[in-house]
Amino acid sequence: MLDILVQFAQLLLVLALAPLLTGYIRKIKAQLLQRRGPSVLQPYRDLLKLIRKEVVMANNASWIFRAAPYAIFATTLIAASLVPTFATGLMFSPAADLIAIVALLGSARFALALAGLDIGTSFGGIGSSREMMIASLAEPAMLMIVFTLSLLAGSTQLSTVANFIQGPDVGLRVSLAMSLVAMIMVAVAENARIPIDNPATHLELTMVHEAMILEYSGRHLAVIEMASSLKLLLYFSLISCMFLPFGIATAGQGPVAFAIGLVSYITKLAMGGFLLAVIETWTAKMRIFRISDFLGAALMLGLLAALLLFVSRGT
Amino acid sequence: MILTVLLTCVGILLATSVGALLGARSSATSGCVYAATLATSATALSAACLALIADEGSASATWLPIGLPWLGTHLRMDALSALFLIVINLGSLTASLYGLGYGRHEHSPGRVLPFFPAFLAGMNLVVLADDAFTFLLTWEFMSLSSWALVMAHHRIKGNAKAGFIYLLMASFGTLALLLAFGLLAGIGGAYDFDSIRMATASHGLAAAVLALTLIGAGSKAGLVPLHVWLPLAHPAAPSHVSALMSGVMTKVAVYGFVRIVFDLLGPPAWWWGAVVLTLGGISAVLGVLYALMQHDLKRLLAYHTVENIGIIFIGLGLSLAFQANDMGAAAALALTAALFHVFNHSVFKSLLFFGAGAVLNATGERDMERLGGLIHRMPLTAIVFLVGSAAISALPPFNGFVSEWLTFQSILLSPNLPQWMLKFLVPAVGALLALSAALAAGCFVKAFGATFLGRPRTKVAENAQETDNFSLAAMFMLALLCLVAGILPGYFMDALAPVTQQLLGAQLPTQEHLKWLTIVPIAENRSSYNGLLLFILTAMAAWLGASFIHRWASHAIRRSPAWDCGFPDASPLTQYTAGSFAQPIRRVFGSFAFNAREEVDMPAPGDTRSAQFRVSVRDLVWDYLYAPIQGIVGFAADRLNSVQSWTIRAYLCLVFGTVVVLLMVLTVWN
Repeated sequence: MLDILVQFAQLLLVLALAPLLTGYIRKIKAQLLQRRGPSVLQPYRDLLKLIRKEVVMANNASWIFRAAPYAIFATTLIAASLVPTFATGLMFSPAADLIAIVALLGSARFALALAGLDIGTSFGGIGSSREMMIASLAEPAMLMIVFTLSLLAGSTQLSTVANFIQGPDVGLRVSLAMSLVAMIMVAVAENARIPIDNPATHLELTMVHEAMILEYSGRHLAVIEMASSLKLLLYFSLISCMFLPFGIATAGQGPVAFAIGLVSYITKLAMGGFLLAVIETWTAKMRIFRISDFLGAALMLGLLAALLLFVSRGT
Repeated sequence: MILTVLLTCVGILLATSVGALLGARSSATSGCVYAATLATSATALSAACLALIADEGSASATWLPIGLPWLGTHLRMDALSALFLIVINLGSLTASLYGLGYGRHEHSPGRVLPFFPAFLAGMNLVVLADDAFTFLLTWEFMSLSSWALVMAHHRIKGNAKAGFIYLLMASFGTLALLLAFGLLAGIGGAYDFDSIRMATASHGLAAAVLALTLIGAGSKAGLVPLHVWLPLAHPAAPSHVSALMSGVMTKVAVYGFVRIVFDLLGPPAWWWGAVVLTLGGISAVLGVLYALMQHDLKRLLAYHTVENIGIIFIGLGLSLAFQANDMGAAAALALTAALFHVFNHSVFKSLLFFGAGAVLNATGERDMERLGGLIHRMPLTAIVFLVGSAAISALPPFNGFVSEWLTFQSILLSPNLPQWMLKFLVPAVGALLALSAALAAGCFVKAFGATFLGRPRTKVAENAQETDNFSLAAMFMLALLCLVAGILPGYFMDALAPVTQQLLGAQLPTQEHLKWLTIVPIAENRSSYNGLLLFILTAMAAWLGASFIHRWASHAIRRSPAWDCGFPDASPLTQYTAGSFAQPIRRVFGSFAFNAREEVDMPAPGDTRSAQFRVSVRDLVWDYLYAPIQGIVGFAADRLNSVQSWTIRAYLCLVFGTVVVLLMVLTVWN
């Protein structure tokens, strides 16, 4: 029974927190640029505004265009609710391990890229094409990181990984450090953040994510925006669960542990969001064909981390 | 009993073939032939399912007094044969159903109908053969009948060349297998599989057999660098035959490999695994990269077969490596992954080729640059093609993901392997597998997007019609199977248990009793996956999200011209094409993988000629392997040309000299 409650609490928590995180990062970025910036609640207001507006859809949009936002939202939400945030041992976590979560995000990306091609404009095409190029490097890098962690923990289950990293047997590991760096690079790329892509622009030739969703409006756009906020939150949760699972409650512990877990999770989000804002303010956007070097480096780091582990295993 | 049923089915197929030859002139022949193959493959499919699932693959053998007088024909069905019979007959069943509709548009039925049942019979016989002679004979029968089908439309440009290259590669492959069996049978020449199984091969001999089998079976399956005929020949055949060749015949080649290496050759050495793994990894990545560069839909699919065969061989290689180190459970996991992928690939590749055939039929085009917007004109074909694309891209909840997930799980078991080379190799192959999975998704976004989405680029695409009901029935059957195998993989893995038990003496824990049909290949705290639950959860989340939005949000929808950042209504030719979609990936991987060059010819201002942009992509295997071989053969032929004009005395001397030399070699040998 408690399992179900924790699982649903987790689901509602990610839903509620996702826009807040986006708003918070925007606020920090604005303040770093000496602007006041909109309130952290602005993303909620934007979503509300969008769902009240009418949808303007291109004449030749097919059902793919209308179904894609819900498919993207659903897969991202399920993936996000399967990543432990404040407590491990979620009810549905046996349904999908880390590899399956990566693949679920792949499904969401597949739907988004198809939606970008559906109207038949060149902007949609450019976005989809570049998104798939980025994914073709980011996904293997991500899987290499998954390999590293699951080799260490002896499991691809996120809960087991979190418990292992929290436990005493970890020690300082070169592999872990390398995969953390790779993970951050992948997270930046996957969430279309600077220096890979700029989330705050339209009409820039190197835009990727925004180009794919250029034709969306009204409630469809709201659902997609929500899904991208969720994805950002998911990557924060993943990093904190895989590399910094401190304070996270394990299944069956009392409400105090849950409260500690929740507080530490929100603290980690706040710190991570701050760091992301600083990085984004600090760096300039890359040329599109530099991205392959950037992600290639992430892939190599991940591979190296996994190789080190393979080699360091005895006998 | 089951074997008798299967042999009767093969007999009926052969009889149908003869009947089709006699009745080729009649217009009713097409329907009759496909109905007959449909019925026989349905019977054979149920018989094979019964054998694998109900009887748990218990072996039954028979002997027919035909063929070589001292050998006869040995036939046997065990768990491995039963599994591949299921794959073959499932493919035949759907291809026949599809053929009922598709075959009506055939211009030259006389060139297709007699060979189609013969091809099916050949594939069934290969997996039933229990001696080397029968195996090679039926293997060659399968090759030749499929060659005839490739040549069905021989007047279309390029098809004759494709047929020639196929014939060459097939003969070469059979030659390699012939030598492999020769080595296995040894001097005594005991060609039945039982005697071969009993004999133990020395290390050097086993290595030679492995190499020959890799060449023989690998050339049929499409392993890099023996894949070159595949993207030429598979698209040339009529689409249901393409589906069979790509989805099923390559699996018969995998069967040949598994039968020889896992069953006949005896206990493996660890480096066999390393060789097979490397070839598999290279095939997987190069296959998908080549596929990305294609704009011919059927060629793209054929190159994807190379990729998937690579994934299957990664599983097989891992299994060999584990087996050599006595890690039975891990070997069983890797083999299960490979065999499950064999089944899955046959399902979604057939589905995709059927879809490509439907598009070809409706528009007369295979070139994606001239299609587009077909989702409006062919909505049902679009749905099934989408399912196939998602499945082949290894996206949950479809079946392709499960077999790749199992492969990843077995890769994660490999740090326990003691050999250093494997320790370095396996993670690298894991990275290649991950890379190919991600690239495959990009490739199918491109294929589906360029063909079905956007706006039609030509008149033919604009006026396409939905395909016939038989074809749709076949495609929906396969699409449903993609989903079922994806969300209930436990049952399929359990069905594979007798096969791994037979080949490795180990099997995975039984899956079907687990809570909520989760699959747990090793241990619960290690890894688990539940496609059913994921599917239900995602569907519920989508449904709840949609109903929430529709309850609370505005319902208004206004149709208008596309926004496109304010650019006015541009021509459909300004859309992203298949070529431009692949451009970023070509830039990233192209220069080293296929020597890609982009040439821009921009006329000076005032010059009135049109600007040109040319892309050249080369298959480097052609350039660096086959072109030199071709050169050497041509050179040698030129040199030997003078032999033709020798006198009869010179010929006799030559023959005499050869005999003497051979006798001397034999004396020295003994």
